[in-house]
Amino acid sequence: MLKKISNIGDCGITCDFGDEVDKKTNKEVIKLFNFIKLSVKDKKIKGILNYTPSYNKLIINFDLGEVKSKEVIEFIKNNDYSKTIFSEKNKLVEIPICYDEEFALDIKRLEEKTKLNFDEIVKEHLNTDFFVYMIGFVPGQPFLGDLKKNLYHDRLDTPRVKINRGSVGIVEKFCTIYTFESPGGWNIIGKTPLNLFDIKKNQPSILSPGDSVKFKSITKKELLTFKNA
Amino acid sequence: MPNYFKILRPGINSTFQDLGRFGLQHLGIVPSGCMDKSLFYLSNKLVGNKISQGALEFAYQGPLLELTGESVLAAVSGKVNFNIINKNGEIKKGASNESFILFSGDKIDIISTINSVYGYFSIFGGFRLEETKESISTLVRAKIGSNNGEKLKTNEKIFFNTSKRESKKNKFEFNFEDNNTIRVMQGLQFDYFSKKSQGDFFSKEYKVTRLTDRMGMRLEGEKIENIKSKNIKSEGITKGSIQVPGDGQPIVLLSDHPTIGGYPKIANVITADYDKLVQKTPESKLKFKLVDLSVAESAFQLYTKKINSF
Repeated sequence: MLKKISNIGDCGITCDFGDEVDKKTNKEVIKLFNFIKLSVKDKKIKGILNYTPSYNKLIINFDLGEVKSKEVIEFIKNNDYSKTIFSEKNKLVEIPICYDEEFALDIKRLEEKTKLNFDEIVKEHLNTDFFVYMIGFVPGQPFLGDLKKNLYHDRLDTPRVKINRGSVGIVEKFCTIYTFESPGGWNIIGKTPLNLFDIKKNQPSILSPGDSVKFKSITKKELLTFKNA
Repeated sequence: MPNYFKILRPGINSTFQDLGRFGLQHLGIVPSGCMDKSLFYLSNKLVGNKISQGALEFAYQGPLLELTGESVLAAVSGKVNFNIINKNGEIKKGASNESFILFSGDKIDIISTINSVYGYFSIFGGFRLEETKESISTLVRAKIGSNNGEKLKTNEKIFFNTSKRESKKNKFEFNFEDNNTIRVMQGLQFDYFSKKSQGDFFSKEYKVTRLTDRMGMRLEGEKIENIKSKNIKSEGITKGSIQVPGDGQPIVLLSDHPTIGGYPKIANVITADYDKLVQKTPESKLKFKLVDLSVAESAFQLYTKKINSF
């Protein structure tokens, strides 16, 4: 449930859905996100520049020359967004992943920590029905959940300086995919050859907040010969 | 024959920018766009362009460019030291915030910004730039936008279309606001910080450090003490937010900020003072003043009036 709306400076508001980071809360966030997106598309509200969902919040940015925060807040309060279908097109995306030891950099640490062996970790990861909580930090990077508790692990104490594009990492109940080469502190368990982000495409990000994800194991050979659509 | 500028020296951080790329932050794409909107507007107004036309933004040191092709009406906005060198090698001092004609063979040498960071170079009709998702703005970190998402490089060419329009020169008196007071509103996690630190933030000076770019401005000053939690659940970020990481030194998030982040925010710079802020050079001492929404909105009215008067 939407708990509170506050201003972020003079050209943004945040819609706060409480402190929980779980699918139930995030689905409410995504509902409002979809509602705002549709309202902008149908020109029911003017001046909206961006709408950014995260685990438990939706941030809305607007052009102060077009609309003021009071009007945006009233728009949200006067409309029953909860009736919006969960999404027009939240979808299930299958993502190929190669767990070869060349890419699964932190699997040994995970084996020690979780007391599961390599095969069990892979099986758990493949069996998880992931949900896209949010996308961001850098373009196209998805934050997926929820892993089962037996796979929970903390961030690396010292983040790596360089993590390759396509690396799949886990921390606590979340899983991410690095869409750009960058520094990072997640436990790397594999790599996908799928290019999740291409600005030149009509839909630059394969995943959107609210989508579902299932991983599919591929061999190293399949990874190397994979062709992005 | 095509008209173009050849880049003889790219400058430190020269990119093409317009008003930004919107509606995609939920996919991790930050708006980017010009850092100083007033000067960006001005550079376009000076050459008779629509205000949203893409311009060349430079920081500290600008580029050295040589024109080949038709003459063109051009302008540099900001507090900028630059020269025009004609094909005979004669050097003429350039005047900022005033349009001028560049002829084939002329070089424009944008030497440096003076007591400021950003300036803009515009030509009538604009440069020939490809739009990506309705904007030419360059986001170097993600290789998005003009020039294949890269900064300008030596020996590249910047093309422009022929500009047959009768060139009308234009001039504008532009004064930077000299004071160092930046008005802010309370941040979402204002109550994460101790009473003493809340007081310090609005009474002590914070120094702009060298670790400042289009993404963020790192400040240095009295340590801000977090009494609640050093991390929050990652949430969407708004330009001008001032976050305080574990070390207690504030960072103002600027136009190329990450789209989400997990540090608590003590304040947000109001829109009317953003341009003033981004022009502050390293070693400048800032003072933050707390205002409420109605003050910020009135200040925005004045700001809009100012930039529409160019």
